[in-house]
Amino acid sequence: MYPASFQVFIPASLEEALELLAKYGEEAKVLAGGHSLIPLMRLRLAKPKYVIYLGKVPGLSYIREENGTIRIGAMTTHGEIAASSLLKARNPLLSETASRIGDLQVRNMGTIGGSIAHADPAADYPAALQALEAQLVVRSVEGERVVGIDDFILGPYLTDLQPNELIVEVRVPSLTGAFGTAYEKLNFRAGDFAIVGVAALVQLSPDGSKFEKVRVGLTGVSDKPVRARGVEEALEGAEAGEEAIAEAAEKAKEGLNPPSDIRASSEYRLEMTVALTRRALEKALARARDKVA
Amino acid sequence: MAGERRYIGRRIKRKEDLRLLTGRGLYVDDIHLPGMVYAAFLRSAYAHARIKSIDTSRAEKLPGVLGVFTGEYFKDKVAPLMTAWALTNADLKPIKWPVVAYEKTRFTGDIVAVVVAEDPYTAYDALEAIEVEYEPLPVVVDVEEAVKPGAPQIHDEAPGNVAFHWKFRGGRDFEEVAAEADLVVKKRLINQRLIPAAMEPRAAVASYNPGTEELTVWVTSQNPHVHRLIMAGSLGIPEHKLRVIAPDVGGGFGSKIQVYPGEVIVARLAMDLGRPVKWVETRRENFLGTIHGRDHVDYVEVAAKKTGEVLGVRVRTLANMGAYLGTAAPGVPTILFGLMLAGPYKIKSVDVEVKGVLTNTTPVDAYRGAGRPEATYILERMLDVLARRLGMDPADVRRVNMIEEAPYEAVTGLLYDSGKYREVFEKALKLAEYYRWREVQSEERKRGRLIGVGIASYIEMSGLAPSRIARATGFGLGLWESVLIRVHPTGKVSVYTGSHPHGQGEETSFAQIVADALGVSIDDVEVVHGDTEQTPFGMGTYGSRTTPVGGSAVYKAAVRIREKARKIAAALLEAREEDIEFSEGRFYVKGSPEKSVTFQDVALAAYTAEKLPPDLEPGLEAVVFYDPENFTFPYGTHVAVVEVDPATFKVKILKYLAVDDAGVIINPLLAEGQVHGGVVQGIAQALYEYAVYDESGNLLTAGFNDYMIPTALDVPDVESHFVETPAPHNPIGAKGIGETGTIAATPAVVNAVLDALAHLGVEHIDMPLTPYNIWKALKESGVLAKLGKGR
Repeated sequence: MYPASFQVFIPASLEEALELLAKYGEEAKVLAGGHSLIPLMRLRLAKPKYVIYLGKVPGLSYIREENGTIRIGAMTTHGEIAASSLLKARNPLLSETASRIGDLQVRNMGTIGGSIAHADPAADYPAALQALEAQLVVRSVEGERVVGIDDFILGPYLTDLQPNELIVEVRVPSLTGAFGTAYEKLNFRAGDFAIVGVAALVQLSPDGSKFEKVRVGLTGVSDKPVRARGVEEALEGAEAGEEAIAEAAEKAKEGLNPPSDIRASSEYRLEMTVALTRRALEKALARARDKVA
Repeated sequence: MAGERRYIGRRIKRKEDLRLLTGRGLYVDDIHLPGMVYAAFLRSAYAHARIKSIDTSRAEKLPGVLGVFTGEYFKDKVAPLMTAWALTNADLKPIKWPVVAYEKTRFTGDIVAVVVAEDPYTAYDALEAIEVEYEPLPVVVDVEEAVKPGAPQIHDEAPGNVAFHWKFRGGRDFEEVAAEADLVVKKRLINQRLIPAAMEPRAAVASYNPGTEELTVWVTSQNPHVHRLIMAGSLGIPEHKLRVIAPDVGGGFGSKIQVYPGEVIVARLAMDLGRPVKWVETRRENFLGTIHGRDHVDYVEVAAKKTGEVLGVRVRTLANMGAYLGTAAPGVPTILFGLMLAGPYKIKSVDVEVKGVLTNTTPVDAYRGAGRPEATYILERMLDVLARRLGMDPADVRRVNMIEEAPYEAVTGLLYDSGKYREVFEKALKLAEYYRWREVQSEERKRGRLIGVGIASYIEMSGLAPSRIARATGFGLGLWESVLIRVHPTGKVSVYTGSHPHGQGEETSFAQIVADALGVSIDDVEVVHGDTEQTPFGMGTYGSRTTPVGGSAVYKAAVRIREKARKIAAALLEAREEDIEFSEGRFYVKGSPEKSVTFQDVALAAYTAEKLPPDLEPGLEAVVFYDPENFTFPYGTHVAVVEVDPATFKVKILKYLAVDDAGVIINPLLAEGQVHGGVVQGIAQALYEYAVYDESGNLLTAGFNDYMIPTALDVPDVESHFVETPAPHNPIGAKGIGETGTIAATPAVVNAVLDALAHLGVEHIDMPLTPYNIWKALKESGVLAKLGKGR
């Protein structure tokens, strides 16, 4: 498989990268880990005239906590996110999700910024990012803006990212209190994209008796990752327990119109959304209960 | 096998490993020749279309393009490819496969134009600049649709798209035994289309020397001599002026038996352009243009008694052959399938008819197991269905029917060679703790867990094959195997085999055979293969034949050398030949072991030639062509235990155990590797893989993303055991182990999954048993509702 001809730029700084984007953005593609772009180029489904490689840009790979927010550089790999002790302690949903992406080779190369910018409707991160109400920091030569994940991913492979812009940072909350999270992913073969992916965040009242806050993010079941707001509303304030989850999980399929393809029908995905929502919430609840003193 | 065993039976690491595992192998893509140019193929945009016009002018003008060549260019220069297994008594139609399509394309892998350029990137740029005007024709991809009246016609030579119609009756009349039966179980079973997808895609490099008029072709082949013979015919050049070299080959699974258009095209263009031409298929081309496997619809009837005794099996099969008949294709769903339909059972009647049907899909040919997995799947699936209907344990149904031991003449006329079928069956059940798992199953079922146990017992015809039988079925050549063993003056040994191992490890196992026969170190034996200028004409590596047939040739040649060496030793020791004994690499005079010469002394003497007996020629080498008297019949029983997730219906294999009798095991390490790989490929068919076409004939699974080959994380540990009943008719006693796993694993796993669902009233679900396919079947049969929300 031989890509069409293209020119490569290897900027040495973020400023240089942004200048190149400002100049060539319309005809350029940004190359990070390469796991989405290169297969498309090899099949000639993507024929960018210019490729801007970010591998030599310093300062885009980090995970740090500042004032209750965890900031993750866009070039941080899935492997780094999966292994981060900070994330495991303060936002295990993101590290658990990262650990379920692709295989070891993919996790060692793929980056969170690249995955979000590519916006595959079955990618793993967006479910968690939805549940975490993540914020994205986007920069261009004109300046910086911060966008919520829900406003950023517009549809399949479609984002709010302008041709001259780059995702530079992902912000997720540093979780405290009696919280529990879980990512449930159904794929038919190890390493594949999700048929259905459900990310759940449960925050219990200090005594563990009530669901204080519930967030459920879904991937693979719509043209973009979404939150299961019906489930969240049904549970918030309710008595914490498996019965409530079983009932509320049924609402996960509300308003969804999942795709049908050679792997599975829309209807199957709907049913699995319910089943996995239930499992993810049960797991998150159990983990939250472990934190109740 | 006579003689001392110092190597045979030992777990010896592959001699191949050093080069293959350190990246020092030589594959076709590693061939770089001065002045070499690159070919790329434009494949048909439609699965069935008339070519109205091809405009190559824009492509030809691109800098670096040497030329663009269409079907018009090739049609009078290169003869179309035809099958080499023209079944007798089957009304086989002469289907022609032009190397580059002209007038018409018949599947999306058909080549429409060839670009040759200075580099591959330019070649692929040029492909995009070719403009083809097609007139799309109606398409048929489904085998049952293709035989309906009014279906699109794919070849004029095959009205109704039937390329052949093969019939076989063995034993008593089926109607007669059905009349005596208590029940006749009927099923329509689908054996889905699979894609071999070897790790190394296919490739060819051709170089022509106009001075010597010699053409050399490096090609990914399982059978370089067969490639040479067929290519010489197609190209119209003398066979001795064509040298075919198959260097290291990265897997084949049958897909590199076929002689394809690609290698013929680059050979012709290398001659015409006067420059070496390379072509390496892309992975997408590998999915589209390299043969596929299986793809049957089988209508099956099994007549049985209430005791579980099976009286007869009647099968009507529509075998999807794709758009053309491949090199070995007609024999696969007929000889290698129909004759296996009695299995290891005392069935009294086998009645089978197979229509080979043409469709607008990739040609289907031999894929690991080739016909035998399809037959075994039918029998093993039907025995389980029969067990359910009779309320019997599936193990008991097999006990009622299984042949005690061989030799046994099956109802198909095949003479099963040797084996303790019942003993191996019981051993597998015991080792797998079958009855303990049955208890676990019923306990866990109360807790809502779905656990299932599946058995598959199989027998296969391997060690292909006695040439007289191969010829009687219409096979184009004999099926013997050859070797030249050359002992050099220093006593080092080169073994030039006509087989062509491509991952199986016979560079090691053949060296073990020779080292034991000649009493030399395995390090002093080199096995050479793949080059038609080095090796005697041989039939190649497929059908688990390399060790039983090729290995037997090797053994016989080694013995012949030992016998000549004995004569030389007698002369050197001034003793009578009959008084010379041989042990641990030394010849000595009986009764006086201090009077001895080494094998190396003898080798040198064979070349110095001063002390040879008067009737003995100098030199020390032997050529053997070995034609087996019979097939070999590996057999065994595999047991799988699975758990089905009651919410997602994802299957997890909890245990997999294989007991195989492949006769004498030359190298258990390599044999286990064959079982592991084969079992994984069998599991792949049961649970994962399926080549899907849309109605327009586009392959929807044309890459690793969509075509689900399981990964190491998806498959279980495979526990492999061997029972060794030597094959009685060949000198090394080996039966072949290359395909047993693929044959047994598919029905074992499918039976286990359906066993897990049996209490819900589910009798059968067609493969692959993906979570979705299971869910869909349960949904459609109303079972899903029964499972309820409690799951």
